[in-house]
Order: sequence, then structure tokens, then C-alpha cells
Amino acid sequence: MSAGTTTPTRTPSGAATAAASRPAPAADGRLPLRSHLRHIGALARRNALQIKADPESMFDAVLMPVIFVLLFVFVFGGAMFGQGNQDQYVNYLVPGLMAMMGMNIAMAVGTGVNDDFKKGVMDRFRSMPIARSSVLVAKIVVEIGRMLVATTILLVMGFVMGLTLHGSVLQLLAAVGLSMVFGASLMWIFILLGLTMKTAQAVQGVAMLVLMPLQFGSSIFAPTTSMPGWLQSFTDVNPLSNLADAARHLINDEGAVAQPVLITLAWAVGITAVTAPLAVRKFRNKT
Amino acid sequence: MVGMTRNDKNPQRGAHAVEVRGLVKHFGETKALDGVDLDVREGTVLGVLGPNGAGKTTLVRCLSTLLVPDAGTATVAGYDVVRQPRQLRRTIGLTGQYASVDEKLSGWENLYMIGRLLDLSRKEARARADEMLERFSLTEAAKRPAGGYSGGMRRRLDLAASMIGRPAVLYLDEPTTGLDPRTRNEVWDEVQRMVAEGATVLLTTQYMEEAEQLADELTVIDRGKVIAKGKVDELKARVGGRTMRIRPVDPGDLPAMARALAETGLDGVAGTQAVPDEGTLLVPILSDEQLTAVVGLLAARGYAIADLGTYLPSLDEVFLAITGHRPTRGEDRGSAGRPGPDAHTGNNEQTDQNEEVAA
Ligand SMILES: Nc1ncnc2c1ncn2[C@@H]1O[C@H](COP(=O)(O)OP(=O)(O)OP(=O)(O)O)[C@@H](O)[C@H]1O
Ligand SMILES: [Mg+2]
Repeated sequence: MSAGTTTPTRTPSGAATAAASRPAPAADGRLPLRSHLRHIGALARRNALQIKADPESMFDAVLMPVIFVLLFVFVFGGAMFGQGNQDQYVNYLVPGLMAMMGMNIAMAVGTGVNDDFKKGVMDRFRSMPIARSSVLVAKIVVEIGRMLVATTILLVMGFVMGLTLHGSVLQLLAAVGLSMVFGASLMWIFILLGLTMKTAQAVQGVAMLVLMPLQFGSSIFAPTTSMPGWLQSFTDVNPLSNLADAARHLINDEGAVAQPVLITLAWAVGITAVTAPLAVRKFRNKT
Repeated sequence: MVGMTRNDKNPQRGAHAVEVRGLVKHFGETKALDGVDLDVREGTVLGVLGPNGAGKTTLVRCLSTLLVPDAGTATVAGYDVVRQPRQLRRTIGLTGQYASVDEKLSGWENLYMIGRLLDLSRKEARARADEMLERFSLTEAAKRPAGGYSGGMRRRLDLAASMIGRPAVLYLDEPTTGLDPRTRNEVWDEVQRMVAEGATVLLTTQYMEEAEQLADELTVIDRGKVIAKGKVDELKARVGGRTMRIRPVDPGDLPAMARALAETGLDGVAGTQAVPDEGTLLVPILSDEQLTAVVGLLAARGYAIADLGTYLPSLDEVFLAITGHRPTRGEDRGSAGRPGPDAHTGNNEQTDQNEEVAA
């Protein structure tokens, strides 16, 4: 009855034939770049299919920009630029909201990762011959896609509300690109959080705690000139202020661009350099 | 092991595909693995038999690089689980105890993804996904999200996923727990097919019958320790093999039936036991011929039989025979909250594993 006795003729060499057509890994098991890209592609496809299976998960990316533009333009617009001059505020607000959009979507990555990484399929990924970072990178690739959708809707909404583009299209694209780069770096923070905290709710709680002061202690919604000095020194280094200013100056073709851009990039690089390796290590050692 | 290299380059007859020496893994105070030694010869199936909390899953997770052992060594296809995890992962396939498929993706998308992660070309991955769905009778459900699959379908999808890359070493952690008999047989067929194609299999189970069906050798573990190992037949000889349970229409016939059997001098009938409380007669079965002879004799003597079947010793009985005590299941060493194994366990008699014998 036992299976082994019926077919003793073949050795495991037969079992490995499927591997013949695959790119050979180096002797230490490291994979060629082509393989990494293929893995990231396959995993990004998984994340995209998950969104397709659950379209409601796009609600935040679609609705948030619409609601925020309407809300802030009508609530603050009149107060700041006088009744009837809300469209001036649109040009101030929309670039700022680009910074905020990245922050909010990145936060959702944290809760998503926390849920996702409790699932059995992660065990499969972790027992397969792929770089464990591929799973995280794929997630970020798809989330950047979501950010692009949100930013596009934000801009369309902005134009509907009277946004005028004073800079060139290239400057607009640069602003979008910068907010993507910064948003991607934020995602690593939230992935790390998502891998560290026990529940998605806890992740959400901590994320809000970080998010609120960063968002409101910034130049996103209103110029910082009316703030007290101590707060101004905080907003000056706050990456969200710098990103908002950079986007604003690019889109409105006014003021200094180089400094806020450089500060934002420095933050993005710094955050990624610190949190990405930590997140990958955390994922690798997760049991 | 001397001179062992990757087995697809240097097949060595009788070499060990899996070698575990003194493996230890603690979770806080719990010693999930407490110095486990075992070997799996290439191209064979090792059954790891143990009750809840014995450490079976922990063992499989250590051997799949999902857990790092605290002490001891383990090599798979010659690769060390701690020092060469990357190479090791290329040679293994894992079906964990709890389904590890993506619930939001369809069955086909799940398999296609695994194929791509194993570096198959798009075309190969597509073909392989179709092929595996067909083999595990999932073609009809191919396009539906796996989250809507029944437990058995999910398990099959999981098995298909772990077999896509034709791994040289396959781990199956309780592959048929909770499956209906038909699905269970399907799974067994596929495992046997993998072995026929040259794979080495390490299979954990709580069922003696599964071990007998699939395994060449058995290792019995309890509380993280190996308490018995050997060929399936050897172990069966120790714990007793199949038993036939006969229930006559009239319980009053029991003594006469036992006498009649004893007089024949057939093999094994000396061990016949009458259990008046249950109104049954238990006859050790050594061969199909003897079984036929026993049934034939009772029929010829005109005893009216109400029910009759054969069964294998349950895990409890195996334990009793080996250790003199039943497995310490009630203690539940901290595994509360996890989905438990199904209704099979705990009964001495596992009705759905009985082979009905036509009288
Ligand atoms: N991640 C963990 N953290 C803490 N304790 C654990 C963990 N994993 C397993 N254990 C404990 O280690 C012991 C062995 O567990 P394991 O899951 O390996 O048993 P098993 O033989 O697979 O049991 P079952 O038949 O129920 O699947 C149990 O006492 C369990 O509670
Ligand atoms: Mg288990």
C-alpha cells in the first residue's frame, strides 16, 4: 500500500525538471535582477487584483480629494481671501492637499499591511525563493498607483473649482513627482508600523497621533506667518510644509523652489534609508 | 551526511533528503521541539504522527525557514535551514496546516502568481495553473475568488500551489484534516503521484490510516520529543494492525462465535476478544485471506451478523501501546484560539475510516 514501494525507479532529478528553464540563481542562491522584477510584477498584480475584487478600497483615494477640496475651499476660502475670492484660495490649497494626500494614503498602507501580513499567504511567500523585500516593494508600487489616482482627482477637482496653472505642465508634473517620492518614503514608515503593531486599530491610532500635528502644523491649509514663533520653527522643518510649499511654488510659478524641494527630498531619502531596511528585516524575522 | 549535494545534481540512492539533528524550539516556557532527530530518505514519504501540540507544525515551519530553531541542525537537500535559507527555499514546497492562498484572488490567479514567483514564463505559468486546477478538480471554480471556496477546495488549491514548482521536497502539514473521504482520497492520489515523480515527502498527520496509506516510515512525536520511529510495518507490529469488529444479531452468540473461531486455528484468531458490553467480537486481521476465512466460517455456521467492519488503531491506541499512556491532549499546551483539528480525534473508533466488508 505504501507509495514508495510502487515506484522506486525515479530519483528527485525528475522532480526538478521544471527548474531547468528558469534563470539560474547564483551558487549562494541570490537571484538576478530580472527575477526580482518578475516577482515584484507578480505580487503587484496580486495587490491590484485585490483592489479590483474590492473596489470600495478605492473610496479613500477617490472621495478624499473631492471632499477636502470642497470642504476647505468653502470653510476657509472666504475667511482668508474674502467672500467671493475663494478661487484664490484654491491655488493655495490644492498644492498643499497634494502633500496631504500622500500622507493619508501612506497611512492606509500601514493598516493594510497589518491585515495582510496576518494572512496565511504570507507564509507561502516567506517560504518561497523570492526576496522578502519584493512583497513590500510590490505593495508600494500599487499604492503609488493609488496615490496617482487620488492626485489626478484632486487636480481635476481643483480645476473645476477654479485652479489656474501659472507654471508650466512640466512644473506641475514635477510637483506631482515630488509628492509621489515623498509619499513612497512615508509608506515605509507605515509598513514598519504595520509590521510592528499587533492590530490594525493600533496602527491607525498611532498613525493619527503622528499625522495630526504634522498636517495642521504645516503650511498645507494656511500660511504659517500668523503662527507663533515656536510653531513656525516647527513648520519650517516639517516635511509636509516643505512639500506643500514646493508644489505651490511650482504650480503657481512663484517664490523659491530649490530649497523646499531639496528639504523634501532630503526627508524622503532619510526616511527611506532608515525605515526601509528596518521594515524588510522586521518582515524577514516575523514568525 | 557525507558528500550530500543538491539531489538533482547528484542523486544518491538511499541518501537523506531531510536530516534533522537535535532540533530545539522554545516559545517562552513551551518546548515545542525538544531535541528532535529524524531523517527522510530521498524519494520516500516520512509520516510524522503526533497529537495536538506535539510540535508537528513547529517542525515543518523550522524546515521551511519560517522559524529559526533555537538549537540543533537541519538540512534539506543538503542545505542548512539557518545558513542557506535561499537555496533551501528553491527545493521545497509547503502546504501548511492553515490554508495559505490569497482569498481575494481567484484559484487561477493564485496559481498563476505562484508560477511567476517560481520564475516560470508567462506561458508556462498559465499552462501550469490550468493543469493543476484540472488535476485537483478545481477547473469549474477557477475564476471564483478563493475566499468563497469550501474548506476542501481551499486545501486542494493550497496543495496545487505547493506542487506547481515540482519541488524536490514537499512538506504537508495535516493535509487531509477536515476533508471528506472522497477529497481525502484525491489528495492521497496526488501525493502518491508526486512521489512517483521523484519527490520526497514529509507528512504530518494525526491518523494512523493516513500514515499507513502514504508513509514508508513513521516518526511518532509527543511534546516535542520523538517517542518512536521505524517502518510503518514495524510500528504496526508494535501497536497492532487492523481489527475486525463483528456485531451478531444475537449478543448471546458471542461466546460460541469466539469458540468456533478459536477451533479453526486460523492465524491471529487466538487474539479474538468478545466485548459483551458492546455486543461485539474483535478479531485481529493479519491478511485479506484470513479476513475472508473468518467471515466465511461465521457465515457457514449460520451466525446472523448485524454489522461488521474493520478499523485501524487510532492515534490514542498507538500512543497507549508505545508509551503506556494516552496523549496529553486535555492539557492543550497553549494552542487555544487556533482552529482546532476536526472531529476525527478523540474517538477510539473512526467510523469514516472503517472499511466496510461485504459479508
Ligand atoms: N507562535 C507560537 N507562539 C507560542 N507558542 C506556540 C507557537 N507555535 C506553537 N506554539 C506551541 O508549541 C507547541 C507545539 O505546537 P505545534 O503547533 O507545533 O503543534 P502541532 O503538533 O502542530 O499541533 P496540532 O496537531 O494542533 O496542529 C504547542 O504547545 C503550541 O501551543
Ligand atoms: Mg499543527
